Amino acid sequence: MNVLAIFKVAGRALFRNKVRSLLTMLGIIIGVAAVIVTVSIGVGAQVSVQAQINGLGSNLLIILPGSVTQGGARTGSGGASTLTPADGLALAKLPHVAAVSPQVNARAQVIANGSNWATSISGVAPSYTFIRAWPLSSGLFFSDTDIAASAKVCVLGQTVVDNLWPDGSSPVGKTLLIRNVPFTIIGVLKPRGQSATGQDQDDTVLIPFSSALERLTGGTTIGTLLVSADDSTTIALVQTEVTQALEQRHRITASMPDDFTVRNLQDIANAASATAAVMEYLLAGVAAVSLVVGGIGIMNIMLVSVTERTREIGLRIAVGARSLTILVQFLIEAVLLSSAGGAIGIALGALGSIGVAVFGGWPMVIPPAAIFVAFAFSALTGIFFGYYPASQAAKMNPIEALRFE
Amino acid sequence: MEKRPPVVRVEKLTKIYTIGEQKVLALDAIDLTLEAGEFVAVMGPSGSGKSTLMHLVGFLDRPTAGTYLFEGTNVNDFSSDDLADLRCQHLGFVFQSYNLLSRTNAIENVELPMIYAGVPDSERKKRALEALDAVGLTAVADHQPNQLSGGQQQRVAIARALVNNPSLILADEPTGALDTKSSDDVMRLFRELNEQRGITVFLVTHEPDVARNAKRIVTFRDGHIVSDEPVGQAVIR
Repeated sequence: MNVLAIFKVAGRALFRNKVRSLLTMLGIIIGVAAVIVTVSIGVGAQVSVQAQINGLGSNLLIILPGSVTQGGARTGSGGASTLTPADGLALAKLPHVAAVSPQVNARAQVIANGSNWATSISGVAPSYTFIRAWPLSSGLFFSDTDIAASAKVCVLGQTVVDNLWPDGSSPVGKTLLIRNVPFTIIGVLKPRGQSATGQDQDDTVLIPFSSALERLTGGTTIGTLLVSADDSTTIALVQTEVTQALEQRHRITASMPDDFTVRNLQDIANAASATAAVMEYLLAGVAAVSLVVGGIGIMNIMLVSVTERTREIGLRIAVGARSLTILVQFLIEAVLLSSAGGAIGIALGALGSIGVAVFGGWPMVIPPAAIFVAFAFSALTGIFFGYYPASQAAKMNPIEALRFE
Repeated sequence: MEKRPPVVRVEKLTKIYTIGEQKVLALDAIDLTLEAGEFVAVMGPSGSGKSTLMHLVGFLDRPTAGTYLFEGTNVNDFSSDDLADLRCQHLGFVFQSYNLLSRTNAIENVELPMIYAGVPDSERKKRALEALDAVGLTAVADHQPNQLSGGQQQRVAIARALVNNPSLILADEPTGALDTKSSDDVMRLFRELNEQRGITVFLVTHEPDVARNAKRIVTFRDGHIVSDEPVGQAVIR
């Protein structure tokens, strides 16, 4: 049996009925196109959610002091004053740690340009902009020299700028009074909008953490340590390292509770991935249903076609086609229909995805696996649903077939 | 010169159809021999068994009992694939209703049996054109059936039947749908193929005028052969 020749015969048979072939493919085309578009939406949305999560900071771990018990009352997480800048320096030396920044938080009234505003003041290290992936829109960030000198310099969030300089003029180089201490404004942060919990992240003033300890909180302990792992894959490892290092520094034995907590932003990312996984199951379900419906369409038309072409089949048997050859011919017709439908569906789906990506404002991503799976499944659909009509054709009695009117 | 075995030799060939509860004896222990190069017409009223015999001889059906030797080989135990291959390589069919593929030109229609015989692409076209030339249709080789007259369509079908160089052509009422002129053309073609190429022709018809083109006429009635005699030279002309 010359399969190539049978392929041509099957192709020609389909070509003789262009309109019907196209209509038969329609179910598969729509099914596959829908799958491609929805997968693309799912992946695109996931990419954009991931980008937002990454925006919180690069591979960020947040270390909070633990709770302390005072007269039987526990203070809750962050109540203890156990973290110091020295802890931060020690953690920075650990492998896979890209950067560490202390964060000392306070609220204060700030005055500038004849106006005032209550905002949150954060004392941080120069690495903060890297850890939070938060660049400046103008000016400079403070340096290690400023930290060492406890310099009176500050960087403003956009909300603070908007409230103190409503005319839109640049505050860089001006002076800001924080609790009546004059700080020189050296830079402005890029606007960031709301955090995941709805807080305005731009309503902030950043100063060197040494200055914050000296002039605002008046202590030696810090509220939070931000640690950035060097890669998303090493976050868990760094979390273990950091925990061990701090336990050692704080002389915590196995029987004692830790006096600090390490929080991992990856957990949020994982939750998002889990949501995406559920989405994928949903899409797979939609894909399966649409391909089954498309396949039934193919089976329907193939059965009609086999009946309509009864005489043709009888003739082919009479001129010497074996029944397997007839079976293969009709199977190939079904597979050609379904895989051509799959290919057209992928093309239309890609076009649709571009449209949706432009509309949704996220990158157009179609995973190659989705294309491959969609195509393979449409071809399989052809085999599965084409088999029954093809076997009907192969089983035909040539005498009756040739008499068929 | 070695004598060729008869193309077809059937002995005690019997076919019983079961329709519901009823059994119909279509062929009742027929003995018949077609020598190589013969031109035999089978006549008889409808239901006499002539079509059944044609189907059995053409390997489209299997006998209930009896023996069938094709070119000296007993084909009783052949598988359906073996029979398909025999049809492909040794037989040519011509039907009353032409049975050409619609929306397919004459060349591709004639190529059809060669696809199943595994003839390579390039040779198929060449041989199809030769066969169309033999039936005098070179000029309309690229026409589709609906662009051809009935007589032309039947000649395309004859080209299709002879393209694999068969030893036997089975023609089932080949002129049944044709006017007298076309009918004469088609029968002349059969005579030429028989006389010039030595192809054995087995023709089923109920028209005496058509049957007289053959060299021998076998008449059937109720599943039996009632007469089997050569056609007089004078009648053929």
